[in-house]
Amino acid sequence: MSVPHALLALLREGPKYGLRLQSEFESRTGEVWPLNIGQVYSTLQRLERDRLVEAAGEGERSQKQYRITSAGAQELDDWLRTPPDLIPPPRDELVIKVLVALQVPGTDVHEILQVHRRHVIEVMQRYTQVKASAREDDVALALVADAELFRLEGIVRWLDAADVRLKQLPTTAPAPAVDTPLERTRTMEVSQ
Amino acid sequence: MTYALELRQVSKVYGSGPSEVQALSRVDLSVERDELVAVMGPSGSGKSTLLTIAGSLEEASSGQVVVDGTDLATVSRTDRAKMRRRSIGYVFQDFNLLPGLKAIENVTLPLELDGLSSKTARVAALEAMEELDVADRADHYPDELSGGQRQRVAIARAIVGERALLLADEPTGALDSVNGESVMRLLRAATHRGVAGVVVTHEAQLASWADRVVFLRDGHVVDQTAAPPGPESLLAAGDRR
Repeated sequence: MSVPHALLALLREGPKYGLRLQSEFESRTGEVWPLNIGQVYSTLQRLERDRLVEAAGEGERSQKQYRITSAGAQELDDWLRTPPDLIPPPRDELVIKVLVALQVPGTDVHEILQVHRRHVIEVMQRYTQVKASAREDDVALALVADAELFRLEGIVRWLDAADVRLKQLPTTAPAPAVDTPLERTRTMEVSQ
Repeated sequence: MTYALELRQVSKVYGSGPSEVQALSRVDLSVERDELVAVMGPSGSGKSTLLTIAGSLEEASSGQVVVDGTDLATVSRTDRAKMRRRSIGYVFQDFNLLPGLKAIENVTLPLELDGLSSKTARVAALEAMEELDVADRADHYPDELSGGQRQRVAIARAIVGERALLLADEPTGALDSVNGESVMRLLRAATHRGVAGVVVTHEAQLASWADRVVFLRDGHVVDQTAAPPGPESLLAAGDRR
């Protein structure tokens, strides 16, 4: 979550004080990402230094009001259209656990897959409860919960596919441990 | 405790000799009223067989099936049929509405078959359709309804009357994800009003609407989820900055 860009988006609606930015940030992200007021002000100071926001006056008790600059509006538009990094290196912890399980003698990989499947679905049940108990018009919360649910569902589908793929393999005895020079490890590269 | 559904050591074998297939093997499953249970498993794991046996649409090879306190093996074929109409509601992937009947006639059908007057059946059907927000489509034929509306009518038909058990086989398979979610919300709400629900699905996201998820593999129950903690536990675990 980019806090600076979220604050720029809120300021796009008009000048606001730090406290209001904090409460609007939390309510519009389904209160899933709490934000403390210190972080709001330190982020606003950085945005002001970079000329993306500017002071719009002072209110009661010397509270400073901020507004977005034209450079800030441009930065926000550019950020909204920049795709996030979707190609991390394949070092997912779960994938590594399953690959390691394949090498450990006496390990039932299907049982390992099921342990993780159950855990992921239990987490999904909790996100679904968040949706089920939310107000019907709380779109922000529904979108945040959906994003997590689709991500977690992808993990379950991977576990299911791994289960089927491993079942289709002929049963073979584990390779004897021979101290031979290792081949260079295969790497996977994805071109952008 | 009286469960709305109890499967005790239920096995099902199809064929014999070399072509014998063990579809279910000594399955134990108990479902309370107010509880929605999802059954997940790969193709051929026995999910649909479990559902058809629970709904008395076919018989177990061994073991006991108890619906609403009645052991199905102890009642006559006629009484089992009556029980299927009165106590058990079914929801299928393809809705299974009769195309020549209006939506409300599809809902009243099981009640009228059970001897209720058409007037009484209509009142009960409209009440169920109102709960599912399709009462305004009562006089439309199935082909005049969207997929989501058809499934709502099918759920109304499944919960109308005094049902103890609601069984659904991939009930969202023909719907997009938002309509699928809406169907799961309705099934969950229906069960939490005092019915036991069992839903077979291969979609984790839909299964996550259940109070409990049971995993089948090769005809065996291999695992199940624990009762989920409240949603506040999830938010408390979030990134507090």
